[in-house]
Amino acid sequence: MRIPILKLHNYLLISIQTELDDQTAIQFQEDLLKQIHITEATGVVIDLTSVEVIDSFIAKVLGDVVSMSDLMGAKVVLTGIQPAVAMTLIELGIHMRNVPTALDLEQGLMKLHQELGE
Amino acid sequence: MSSQSCVTIHKEWDIVAARQMGREIAKQLGFGTVDQARITTAISELARNIYLYAGEGKVYFEVIESLDKKGITIVATDTGPGIKDLSLVMEDGYTTSGGLGAGLPGVRRLMDEFDIESETGKGTKIVTTKWVR
Repeated sequence: MRIPILKLHNYLLISIQTELDDQTAIQFQEDLLKQIHITEATGVVIDLTSVEVIDSFIAKVLGDVVSMSDLMGAKVVLTGIQPAVAMTLIELGIHMRNVPTALDLEQGLMKLHQELGE
Repeated sequence: MSSQSCVTIHKEWDIVAARQMGREIAKQLGFGTVDQARITTAISELARNIYLYAGEGKVYFEVIESLDKKGITIVATDTGPGIKDLSLVMEDGYTTSGGLGAGLPGVRRLMDEFDIESETGKGTKIVTTKWVR
């Protein structure tokens, strides 16, 4: 299963709509970095509104993809993390402190806009 | 009254199968969305531990329905290498696999009851329960 990555001006938009298994998550990591390289995107929004479960592995993959993209020069914002997912992650002991987040896609795009000053 | 279902874990996809089955059972039992997420995440962590450290094992779900309480018990068993130092794996941040080390102490926080038995060379058994509030 591949997660679609959409290009909008200088940004890449991703809405994760499927149940994330390990392989899909790792494939996504690779696909996103390739797309950043190809499109020269400066900002990325990963929307997690439809994601019902984030376990320690998926959290690590998402945290890593933020750091990896950052290394390449693209800012990533995670958006739409569900209340139940946020509670579960913190109880699990995963704080994702260095990961930029926003309430929804719209706020995520605004955050990128402000940070990148475009 | 109790009923049981089981998922055998030997490939990555089985982790997803286990948490989908667990979520379905939790939903039917009347757990709210937050508890469903807690239970599903706990199952995911336990199934992944089996896959990573033992290679193969089983995750059982037991539904407990008595007059005064309802709950789900998750039993994760494997015949892998076992855990040498149980107190160490129950410490936050401890990992041997380069993961986040959120594994077992995290699962204990997500669930209501948690019990672990392990014997080096024989395997590990984790029994954990969540009650419907």
